[in-house]
Order: sequence, then structure tokens, then C-alpha cells
Amino acid sequence: MLLTIRNLTKSFPGMRALDAVDFDLAAGEVHALLGENGAGKSTLIKCLTGAYRRDAGRIALEGAEITPHSTVEAQDLGIGTVYQEVNLLPNLTVAQNLMFGREPRRFGLIDGRAMRAEARAMLADYGIEIDVDRDLGSYSVAIRQIIAIARAVALSGKVLILDEPTASLDAREVGMVFEVVRRLRDRGLGIIFVSHFLDQVFDLCDRITVLRNGRRIVTERIADLDRVKLIEHMLGRALEDEVEHRATRVPRARPDLLHFEGVGRRGMVEPFDLTVGKGEVVGLAGLLGSGRTETAELMFGLHPAQGGQVRDADGPLALTSPRAAIAAGFGFAPEDRKTDGIVAELSIRENIALALQARRGWARPIPRTEQNRMADDYIRQLDIRTSGREKPIGELSGGNQQKAVLARWLAMNPRFLILDEPTRGIDVGAHAEILRLIRRLTAEGMSVLVVSSELDELIAVSDRVIVLRDRRHVAELQGTRISPETIMRAIAGEVA
Amino acid sequence: MKTRALPLYATIAIFIVAYAICWLQFPAMLSTRVVGNLLTDNAYLGIVAVGMTLVILSGGIDLSVGSVIAFSGMFIAVMLRDTGLHPLPVFLLLLALTSGFGAAMGWLIDRLAMPAFIVTLAGMFLARGAAYMLTIESVPIQHPFYKALQSAYWLMPGKGRLTLIGGLMVLVVLAGMVLAHKTRFGTSLYALGGGEQTARLMGVRQGRTTILVYALSGLLAGLAGIVFSVYTGSGYPLSAVGTELTAIAAVVIGGTLLSGGAGYVFGTLIGVLTMGLIQTYIVFDGSLSSWWTKIVIGLLLLLFILLQKGLLKLSQSRLAGGGT
Repeated sequence: MLLTIRNLTKSFPGMRALDAVDFDLAAGEVHALLGENGAGKSTLIKCLTGAYRRDAGRIALEGAEITPHSTVEAQDLGIGTVYQEVNLLPNLTVAQNLMFGREPRRFGLIDGRAMRAEARAMLADYGIEIDVDRDLGSYSVAIRQIIAIARAVALSGKVLILDEPTASLDAREVGMVFEVVRRLRDRGLGIIFVSHFLDQVFDLCDRITVLRNGRRIVTERIADLDRVKLIEHMLGRALEDEVEHRATRVPRARPDLLHFEGVGRRGMVEPFDLTVGKGEVVGLAGLLGSGRTETAELMFGLHPAQGGQVRDADGPLALTSPRAAIAAGFGFAPEDRKTDGIVAELSIRENIALALQARRGWARPIPRTEQNRMADDYIRQLDIRTSGREKPIGELSGGNQQKAVLARWLAMNPRFLILDEPTRGIDVGAHAEILRLIRRLTAEGMSVLVVSSELDELIAVSDRVIVLRDRRHVAELQGTRISPETIMRAIAGEVA
Repeated sequence: MKTRALPLYATIAIFIVAYAICWLQFPAMLSTRVVGNLLTDNAYLGIVAVGMTLVILSGGIDLSVGSVIAFSGMFIAVMLRDTGLHPLPVFLLLLALTSGFGAAMGWLIDRLAMPAFIVTLAGMFLARGAAYMLTIESVPIQHPFYKALQSAYWLMPGKGRLTLIGGLMVLVVLAGMVLAHKTRFGTSLYALGGGEQTARLMGVRQGRTTILVYALSGLLAGLAGIVFSVYTGSGYPLSAVGTELTAIAAVVIGGTLLSGGAGYVFGTLIGVLTMGLIQTYIVFDGSLSSWWTKIVIGLLLLLFILLQKGLLKLSQSRLAGGGT
């Protein structure tokens, strides 16, 4: 084995990110590392590249134990890393990037000609012929990614870690990068490949290791593993379990509220059509990186869509910005509550009043008594556990923060509410309450879009589930066809 | 053609066109005399602007240089008046002092992760204050060595005089070009300006590079101070007020990106000469107020910022268009 990891353990305050994980990498193989959010992939990689120190366990490279303290040290040991965001400098030339720190010199000065010749030779190894004297920034991401790989291999040369290298590439570019990766594998490098794109993993890799909640779930040869099984390992639930179903109830005929037609954006999600009914809950399912969150953000106008249109019964809506979306009666509770959702230092009252105040304009403040009434109202209705409405929201538990964020949007009385991972980081009791709340709101006629990585939650709450894979809407499930099995099959790419 | 060199070409083109206009109106302006005067009159600015270019390339800024020039003049004048030392050791002492001052600011910027703007702003007040501490009035320099420095020149063909300080400025520009484009230190400056995080990952020694570049800027500010004292023959604590901003303007007009990571030392020379040319034109004209210099410089700055913005848009849209 080229690289052997045994019992690797790493804890952070309040959580165990890696729990006695074993991992092997042979020379001349591409080994995929898979897992959902919080599985421990990035922690594992950071322990390898020296960004983190491990708490316990053993990492051995070619039989010798190593403990890198920095990326540079890991590199010198032979472990190179290429990230999704290319870690090269767009304002330097290709040659400067490739040869940085190792420039050939003559009389103490950089020998430009020798440097360019060497850079060209390096790239020729990968079958790439470009003008190495141009700025890196003038080349496509795929070329940059290959240059990053070339540099990492030249500096390290034993183990290459590819951390989502294809996340911003199109299909043809992915092919180019894979070509390079295969060459390196045939040259005897050990390659760790982290990606959310299952098709790519099956296309490129020899073995797969799945992590979940900091533990290694399985390591298997790709030939011996079927996709549904793999999804199961990643999402962590057996197909036999039955879940309480919202949609088993007879699907009601609903008037349409919104039509999204051909809405999409390059690099985020391919154009999709979606109709949302009044009082309907639409669930978005898919693996991390499949385009779930991107769909939600496009619908709220957080990023302008490229082409397509959105209509309601009265005609087209221009959702060019969140402001426009709010004016059209949309609400959005984002995935990362801590950074995007709450203003931690402000009180519950102020957080709830925030969006409504923004719509009224700052020149017309909401009277304090009105704010108080509103806050008390929602604290009671949503059962927000707090000592009072003036408590800073940052001091509440996750579930109660989430309820306050919901209250903010409910105060606006939206007709369409988008919830991205509404129950992330929330305890079980609050979890159920939030799902109940969603049902109650839709019973009152509000339409809701729920993005979630938890299948049970989606199944429990959705009237209809849209499944995404590799940034495309690949399936739409309704009524009794919504089940963990059908969703997993759709994610795995089998016809549901 | 490299897009990043476009601002440089634009600068050169503007300089040539401006010179051509001047020549059409006043044929006498096309002479080595005018060129010699351009170099002499702007020698201190050119020297300090080279240091500023390197600092800006690395993603920083140095607001202290104008005050350091004033301090240098005062330091030299007072030392020569009160100690009887020869100017040469005084120069060495001064350069060590200003380099150390720059290095200290670089150290603060790096170690405490403080914005260069604030640290060098503090440095600006400090150096100006120190200049006033020496004495508050203008002190003439009457050392015979200074007379020699002031009258040393090389007669160019066409009777133009390349003075010692003008020649020194050209040498500094050449040295700056070699440093920026031909050494690892220079590449490190571009790397830091392109992205600190990435530069560190690629192995740039950030602390060393930051301290060095501010020390270098301090050194050149001290050298500019010497040149300025030779040029004016005195030290005065109120001199060179706002020179740091003029230098920044020259750097930007010279095609260097104010946010760092892209630009050329040679462009800065052209930027300095362009500004000097406008001044000369106004002198030749005789009827224009010299404040027109400021107005034209303002317009040029605006033009270059717009040009760089446009180039950025252009390269982005070219990428989005699927170019490789």
C-alpha cells in the first residue's frame, strides 16, 4: 500500500469529526472518497495535508509514519492537493505558476526562456500545448485545473488529492481533466478523488470509500458496488423502513400558483420547469452538490437566472433580486442559518421585524408596540422557547432560531416560502414541530418549497418530490410513488 | 497580445500622443533639453513612485513616503548644519533610518495583520512630525559637495542636460524593472497582490516579502529625499506634502492595478513623465493656470480606472464565452 491510514480520529469541540477511520490507497489507483455534509471527508483530507493535527491514529506513507504540519510539508513528503477553487494565481503567467519557487536562474536573475521551456515540457507530459507566457487567468477553469494538477504532481509526486476538482467544469472539460488523471494513475500515482458527482466517480475510480458521520461505512471495488446500494450507504437508511407519508393522502387538485419555465443558470443548475400549486409542499431531493440549493436560490432571485421565465396567474414576474422576489410574495430561509439567516446580536423581536421593515422602507419604522405584539404573537404561536422577546437571537438553541427565522417570513405573509434545510442542526422535538408548522401553513393556503438531505423529512412533508442529480432535475415523484426507494433510485440514475 | 499589458500600451500611447500635440503647438518641446528637464524635475517623484509601484503590486499602499521625503531633507540639512559631517555618511545614515522605518511598518502590517493604509497613515504623521521636531523653518544646505552634485550633468546630443539626479531616477527605474520581473522577490510581490492565501499555499514567504517591500519603499523614499534636497538645495518640513498621492496617481496612470498583482515599473516612469509633460506644456503656454495640471491628472486617473474596469469585463466575458 502506498498510503495507509489506521484508526484516524479527530474531534472538535462538541463533535467527533473522524472516529477511528481506516483508509488505504494503492499506487496506481483512483480511490473515491464519498459522503454527505459532515461525513468527515474534508477533515480526513485536512489531516493528510497538514491543515489539521490528528488526535489519534496512524498515517503511513510507503510504510513510514508521517505527521505533516503544513501543506508545504505534506507536499515535500509527496502528498499534493488540488482544490475545487484553483489554488493558483490568475495574474501570473502559466509558466510562473508552474515554476513558482523553482524558477531556473542565471546570474541570480530568473531565466525566462528556460522557465518557459520547462513549463512547456511539463504540460506536454499531459498532452497540453498552450502559450505558457499568457496569464493563467486567460485560460478556462479546466486548463487551470490541469495546470494545478501538473504543479502539485511536480512538487509532490506520490499521492494526489483531488478535492472536487470538477465542480465548476462542463462535460467536455471533465473529460479533459479525467484524461490527465488517468495518465497519472498509469504512471503509478495514488489518487484520492472527492466528488459529489456519482457518474464521474463510476467513470473514473477503481475503489470507493463512503464516510458517514465521521465513520467509515464501506470500502469496495467499484465493480462490486451498485448505485442504489451506494446511495443507501451515503444517506444511511435501509430501504425496508417505512415512513409516514404525507402524500398517501389523496392528492388534491390545486390551482397553480407559480410556473417556472426554463429557469437555469450556467454552473448552478440546468434549466428546469416547475409548477407550484397553491397550498402545496414541493420537496427537492438529491445529494450534496446536485443543484438543490442552487434551484432554491435561483427561485428567490439570489442569482439572476439566465433565460426562462416565471409566471403567476396575473402574468410574468421579474425575479431579478431577492428584493423583487420579496415584493412578489416570496420568502426564503437559507441553508446556513448562522451566516445567512439571523443577525445573532439583535434581539428576537428585531430579527422577526427585519424583513417586514425592509419592505416598508426604513423611513417608516414599524411602531414599537406593533413590533412587540408581532414578536409575542409568534413566540407563542411557534412556541419559541425564550425568556423574552428582547433576548439576542444568537443565545437561542438552533431549533428556536429556526422558528424565529420562519416567524420573520410569516410576518410578511408570503404566498411562497422557500426553506433550505429547515431542520439542520435542530433537535428531534423541534424537528417535528417545524414539520407540523409547515403542514399548518400549507393548510392555510401558503405554498412551500423544502430542500432537504433527509429523505424521511421530505417524504413526511412533501406533496411532490423533485429529484436532482448532477445539477439536473431528473425525476418528479407524486402521491404513492414517493418512497425512499424511488427517490434513491432516481438519485442513483436508474429510471424511477 | 496579453490583456494585462494593455494599460501599459495605453499609457505609452497616451504619452506619445500628448507629446505629439505639445510638439505641434510648440515645436521647441521636441528637444533633449525638455527631456532632460522632465527627468530632473520629476526625479524625486519617479524614485518614490518606483517604490510605490512595488508596494502596490504586492497589494499594499505606502502613504508615508511624502513625509519621509520631507523628513529626509530636514535630517540632511540639520545634520550638515550642526555636525560638520560629510554628506555621504549622512546619506548612508538617512537611508538606513528610512529603510528601517519602512521595515518596521512592514513588520506591523504583517505580524498584526493590520491594513497597510492605517499603518502607513500613522507612519505619515510620524515622519512629518519628526521633520517638524528637527526645526520648523526652512534650512538651506550650503555644503560644497552639494554644489558639485547640483552641477553634475552629462550633455546629451542637442544640448539637453541629463543631470545626476535625473540619471539616478532612470537607474532606479531600471533596477525596479529587474527586481519586479526578473527575481523571485518580484514574482512573490505579484503573487501576494494576486491573492495572499493562494500565495502562501504556493510557498511565498509572506512576512519576509512584506517587510522587504516596505523597507524598499522606505529606502527609495529616503533616496527621493536626498534627490529632493539636491534639487531644492534646502530642507523644509512642509515640503512634499501630498507627494504620496501624486506617486499613487503616477502608478495608476502607469497602468498598475491599484488592488495589486498587475502592472509594470516601466509604466510608472511613463506615468511620471506624462504628469511632468502636462506641467511643461502649461509652462510653455504661459497663459494657463498651473492648476490645470491637477485637472488633467484627475481626468487621466479616471480614464485609467475605467480602462482597467473595462479590461476586466472584457477578459471575463471572453472566458464566459468558452474561450480556452
